[in-house]
Amino acid sequence: MAAARAKAKSVDEANFPSSPVVRFGMDKPLILEAGVKLAPFQIAYETYGELNADKSNAVLICHALTGDQYVASTNPITGKPGWWEVLIGPGKIIDTNRFFVICANVIGSCLGSTGPASINPETGKPYGLDLPLITIRDMVRAQAMLVDHFGIDQLFCVIGGSMGGMQVLEWTSTYPDRVFSALPMATGTRHSAQNIAFYEAGRQAVMADPNWRGGRYIEAGVRPEKGLAVARMIAHITYLSEAALHRKFGRNLQDRPKLTFSFDADFQIESYLRHQGMTFVDRFDANSYLYLSRAMDYFDMAADHDGQLAAAFKNTSTRFCVVSFTSDWHFPTEESRALVHALNASGAPVSFVEIETDRGHDAFLLDEPELFSAIGGFIASAARARGISQ
Amino acid sequence: MSVNASSRIDLQVMADLIPAGAKVLDVGCGNGELLELLRDEKNIDARGVEISQRGVNECVARGLSVIQGDADTDLVYYPDSSFDYALLSQTLQATRNPRQVLEHLLRIGNRVIVSFPNFGHWSVRSSLFFKGRMPVTKDLPYSWYDTPNIHFCTIRDFVVLCEEVGAVVEKAVAIDGNGQKIGFSMPWWFWNFFGQQAVFLLRR
Repeated sequence: MAAARAKAKSVDEANFPSSPVVRFGMDKPLILEAGVKLAPFQIAYETYGELNADKSNAVLICHALTGDQYVASTNPITGKPGWWEVLIGPGKIIDTNRFFVICANVIGSCLGSTGPASINPETGKPYGLDLPLITIRDMVRAQAMLVDHFGIDQLFCVIGGSMGGMQVLEWTSTYPDRVFSALPMATGTRHSAQNIAFYEAGRQAVMADPNWRGGRYIEAGVRPEKGLAVARMIAHITYLSEAALHRKFGRNLQDRPKLTFSFDADFQIESYLRHQGMTFVDRFDANSYLYLSRAMDYFDMAADHDGQLAAAFKNTSTRFCVVSFTSDWHFPTEESRALVHALNASGAPVSFVEIETDRGHDAFLLDEPELFSAIGGFIASAARARGISQ
Repeated sequence: MSVNASSRIDLQVMADLIPAGAKVLDVGCGNGELLELLRDEKNIDARGVEISQRGVNECVARGLSVIQGDADTDLVYYPDSSFDYALLSQTLQATRNPRQVLEHLLRIGNRVIVSFPNFGHWSVRSSLFFKGRMPVTKDLPYSWYDTPNIHFCTIRDFVVLCEEVGAVVEKAVAIDGNGQKIGFSMPWWFWNFFGQQAVFLLRR
């Protein structure tokens, strides 16, 4: 019953989110990289803190694949606290008493910004796969329209991990004058073949679910829950490290003294993954998962600049702090190093910190003291340089 | 990075060689002491490379632009003449390939400043000569088996290396055991015997 409520709720949140929304009409289309116009469209967002008089203290948080705008406030579907409250809030490292923090749901997602679960105004039905493919750059250009809406010329800092980090990099490349400082974490300038492979396996799981129905499951009143849960299970493995899995679960059995000689979830790790899959389908739209994972696959900054990655950051004056994690095999340190070399070649002021941890890709979301000391130092010095008062 | 911090008189000597407003890359910048000095006192655009995470984190906390990297492998990614000055303070002897590192520095920086402990100092020679042991001193506190300093050289050795890579020595300063500069008028053998540390200003 609770699950059924969550399902209904998440469809509502796609069109009528709990958070504020900016609607852009036919006169303000988003020109997509796919070569078509998206209009009308909407962006759902949350803000925290106050914009100062000279509008210099705005921090944009870019969320990851399955993230949302509720970065430091309660998620309306799950009822859980904001996903980055360890970092963002009053008196935290991203201090909302000092900074005006904006976090927008990316287009293509399902928490209130236009995506495949949104109603297509031409048909009165959900877009489904009729929505054109969305790219990372499309997401960023939509965010820029939201930033314009606030009357902000230059963001003090753009921060994000994983797919959020891709958006950070795209921001600095597409709008070099509009980003004073940038904090891309656990990310890269492209999706590797291995990442495309994992996401393709996940998409095939979704599309193989008979309830997917060519993407038109909402009208049919069903959801491809099994397929989406498998997709989430596959992806979740890539977010953790082998060492962390071993530390947390080992070969421990789940609430049973011995093996059952069946395909039950005998092992704790199986039970954990099944739980991850099941809770995910309550809060996320399957088609959005297809669209956003595809956006990550298509991301390749060097390819956008004739194979010259450094050209993506030409003439940038943005201060960068690039962060990677030793045990991240989704976006290994080498990806960050390639980015840092390109930034060096373009003369950008760049710091690069590799955090030693066994917690894998998801470490950027966790309470990592070394990470916080590096971010804190970077933000403090950038704020001094930008003249933002304490 | 590999030498006692209290004896870093070379940092001030290096700082004095750099004009205000220059663009500087410090390779092996440790906790960012020199970069911070340059930024705060000379308004210098100061960047760094450091191998240890701890050092990098301290630098970032000081607001410096420092990347985690290895002098032996990462200098190749810097474009030619991208800095006015490329610095290597007390790091040359800890690199695997000092000649290659020096060549990269000369390519990246229009000027290069190198400081290193002089293995020709009388105290080193005396330890070898009288005790027959590898020297362990205040400046060189490691035993031979756990030292990060794998390529020691003397001032004379370094001058020969400069000739081999075609570097022009614009200025050289030797510092004695009391932290005093040794006068210009002295001959090379005197420097090599009494200089505990050396600072060289080079160009291509």
